[in-house]
Amino acid sequence: MNAKKKCIAMLLAGGQGSRLYALTQSVAKPAVPYGGKYRIIDFALSNCTNSGIDTVGVLTQYQPLVLNEYIGNGQPWDLDKMYGGVHVLSPFETKEGADWFQGTANAIYQNMRFIERYDPEYVIVLGGDHIYKMDYAKLVEYHEEHNADGTIAVINVSMEEASRFGIMTCDEENRVVDFTEKPAQPKSTLASMGIYVFTWQKLKKYLIENENANTGSKDFGKDIIPAMLANNERLFAYTFEGYWKDVGTLDSLWEANMDLLDPNDPLDLYDPKWKIYARHNHMPPQYIGDSAHIENSMITEGSSINGQVDFSVVFSNVTIEEGAVVNYSILMPGTVVKSGAVVEYAIVGENCVVESGAKIGASPECVENRDDWGIAVVGNNVNISSTATVLPKQIISENI
Amino acid sequence: MAGNTKVLGLIFASMHDKSVKDMTEHRTMGSIMFGGRYRLIDFPLSNMVNSNFYEVGVITKSNYGSLLDHVGSGREWDLARKKGGLHLLPPFSQTGSSEGVYRGRLEALNNVWSFLEHSKADYVVMSDCDFVTNIDFRPVIKQHIETKADITTVYGKYMYNEENKTLSSINVLEMNPDGKITNVLVDPLISGECNISLDMFVMSREFLSTLVKDAASKGKYSLIADCLQARANDYNFMGYEHKGYFTRIDSNKSYFEANLALLDSETRNKLFLPDAPIYTKIGDNGPAKYGLEANVKNSLIADGCIIEGTVENCVIFRGVKVEKGSVVKNCVLQQGTKVGSNCSINYVITDKNVEVSDGHVVNGSETYPLYVKKNGKL
Repeated sequence: MNAKKKCIAMLLAGGQGSRLYALTQSVAKPAVPYGGKYRIIDFALSNCTNSGIDTVGVLTQYQPLVLNEYIGNGQPWDLDKMYGGVHVLSPFETKEGADWFQGTANAIYQNMRFIERYDPEYVIVLGGDHIYKMDYAKLVEYHEEHNADGTIAVINVSMEEASRFGIMTCDEENRVVDFTEKPAQPKSTLASMGIYVFTWQKLKKYLIENENANTGSKDFGKDIIPAMLANNERLFAYTFEGYWKDVGTLDSLWEANMDLLDPNDPLDLYDPKWKIYARHNHMPPQYIGDSAHIENSMITEGSSINGQVDFSVVFSNVTIEEGAVVNYSILMPGTVVKSGAVVEYAIVGENCVVESGAKIGASPECVENRDDWGIAVVGNNVNISSTATVLPKQIISENI
Repeated sequence: MAGNTKVLGLIFASMHDKSVKDMTEHRTMGSIMFGGRYRLIDFPLSNMVNSNFYEVGVITKSNYGSLLDHVGSGREWDLARKKGGLHLLPPFSQTGSSEGVYRGRLEALNNVWSFLEHSKADYVVMSDCDFVTNIDFRPVIKQHIETKADITTVYGKYMYNEENKTLSSINVLEMNPDGKITNVLVDPLISGECNISLDMFVMSREFLSTLVKDAASKGKYSLIADCLQARANDYNFMGYEHKGYFTRIDSNKSYFEANLALLDSETRNKLFLPDAPIYTKIGDNGPAKYGLEANVKNSLIADGCIIEGTVENCVIFRGVKVEKGSVVKNCVLQQGTKVGSNCSINYVITDKNVEVSDGHVVNGSETYPLYVKKNGKL
C-alpha cells in the first residue's frame, strides 16, 4: 500500500497567536476553541477530509501538548488511515543538529522527507488559524487546468483592509504578476489567504534554494513567492468566494463567533454535505431550565442553562445559574457563571468560575469614550470573585 | 475483582422487542432512541466498557440493520480492539430448530456456541436493553466471587402493580435475608414494593457453558423458566442490589415517562456520571441554535437542533427543527423531526424524521402519548 499520493496537505499549526494573549498562554492558536464545539484547526482538517485529501502533516511548535492530544490519531476527522492520515510533525534532531522551525518555508523544508514518502504531485500548504469552508479539490483542479507551478487562494477585500494582507496583482488570465506583503499603497484588492498549492518538484527546488540562501525569514510570503515570481514561474490566483475569517485577534475571534448568530450566517455549520468534525467529549444533551431565557444563541452539549442568554456562543459543559446574565459573549468549555453575575461583550476562557455579583465587560453604549470600549477577556482557569469587575478591553489571566 | 480477571459481556439487543412494537417495527429494542442523543444499547455497552470488560458480544434477532449501523466497529465505545473488543452476533441456527431464530437466552447462546467456547473470559455478564441505568459491574462480580455463587442477578426495589402489567414480563425475586434467591415469580398477582431482577446475570463462563449445553440436550431454551424458576434451589443463586437509578422501557408510555424523567436534574446526575460517561455514536452536528423568538423551558436539547419556537417540558433529539410560532409541550421528538411554523403539539412522541407541516395541531394525552411512526408526515 505505498501508492503515490496525488496531493497531500501541510498544515502550519505552530503559531503562538500572541495577539490572543490570555487564551494562548498554554495552547497554540489552532487549538483555541471556536463556535461552541470546535477548535480553530477543525476547519482546515475537516476541509481536507471533505475535499478528499487523506494525508495531512500538521507542523507544531508552540505549546503543542493540547494540540497533539486533540489531534490524536485523527479519527474524528476520518484521518486515521492505514497509509497516510494525519501526522503531527514537531521539530526534531538530525545528525547536523536540531533546529526550531524558523519560518513557514523552513518548517516545510525540515519535513521534506515526510512529503517525499508519499511522492505527491502536489502539496497544499495551509494555515491553522482561519475559519472557512473550502473545497481544496477545486483549488487543485484549477492548478492543474492552468498548468501552474503554484496557485494562491485569494479573496477580494476592501481597499481599506488591503494593506493588512499580502496583495496579488494579476493579469487577465489570473496569472500573478506582482505580490506585495502589506502594501502601503495596494495595487489591487486580491488578498492572499495563506493557502497555496504547489507542484511538489517545483516547490522542493525553491525550498532548498531558500534554505541555502539563508534569508533569515524563510517564509512563503516573503521569500518563496517573490523568488518564484522573479524567475517567471507560473503562479496563478484562485479567487475564493465565501466566508473567510482570520481569528488572530481577540476582536476578530469574538466577531467570528458572533457571525454564527447572524440569521443569514454565511458559514452554515449545519450543512450535512460539508460537516465540520471535532473531537468529542461524551456529554449528555444540554438542559434548559424553567427560569432560562435564551435568544439568538448557540449552546452545546453538557451545558445547563437557567439564566438569561442573549446573542452568545456557549461551549460544552457550561453552567449558567438562575439570575445570571450573559449577553454578546463567548463562554468556553467548563465555565460556570453564578447567579447574579453579569457577562457582556466578553470572551471567558475554559473552566472559569464567575462568582455571583461579578461583572465582566459592558456594552459599547455604557462607555463614554468609544476608544475605551472593547471586548473584555478572561483567560483559562480563572476565578472572578463576587466583588470583581472586568472592564471592557481588560484582559485577565489570573484570579481576581 | 483481580485486575486480570477477564469478563465477557453479552447484550441481548432484541429481548422485549414486542413491548414497544411501534418503535421496534424497523429496529431492535437496543436501537431505540433515548434521552436526546442515545440509543438504549448505549447504556449496557457503556456500563460494560466503564467496568473494564475484556470483550462484549451483542446478540441480535431480527431488524438489526440500524443496530449494526449504530454500533459499527465499536470504536465510539473504545471496543474496536485486536484482543477482545466488540463482537456482533447475528442469529443463526445450529439446532435447525426455529428458522435460525432463538426462543430464549440459552438457545441464543447455543447458537453462538463457538464464540462462547473460544472466549478467553473467566466470567460472563448478561444484560438486556430495556433497563436504563448506570451501573458498575465490578462490585457485582466481586460479590459473585466472594459468595461463591453459581448465578448472581442484579436486582432493584420497584413499585410493582399487577394492574400496570405490560406486554413485557417482569421477574420478581423471593429472597432469604442473606441475599440468596429462592424463587422467581413472573408477573405475580401482587402489588407493592418488591425486588425485581434487572435481567442482568453474572456466571462463570464454565457454569454458563454447562447450562447452555444441558438445556440444549433437553430441548430447553429459557434461562428464566428452565433454569432459574425450575431449579432456583439447586443453585447458589444470589442477588446483588443496585441502589442507583434505573427505569424500565416496556411500553410507549413508560418510554415517554423515562425520557421526561431526565428533566429532573437528580435523575440526570445519577445516569450521566462524570467518571462513567454514556458513550454513543457521534453525530458531528453543530451546537443547538436558538432563534430570536425562541422560548425554551425545562427541556433537554441535543446538538444540531434549530429552535425558533416555544419548547416546554420536552426531550429534543439531534437535528430537530422547530420553526417560528410553534408551541411544543410535553413531547419527545426523535432525531431529525421537523416541526413547521405555527404548529401546536402536546404529549406526542415522534419517531425519526417525522415532519409536521405548518399550522398543524397534534395532541396526545398524559396517560396516552400519541406516537407518530418513522418518516411519518402530518
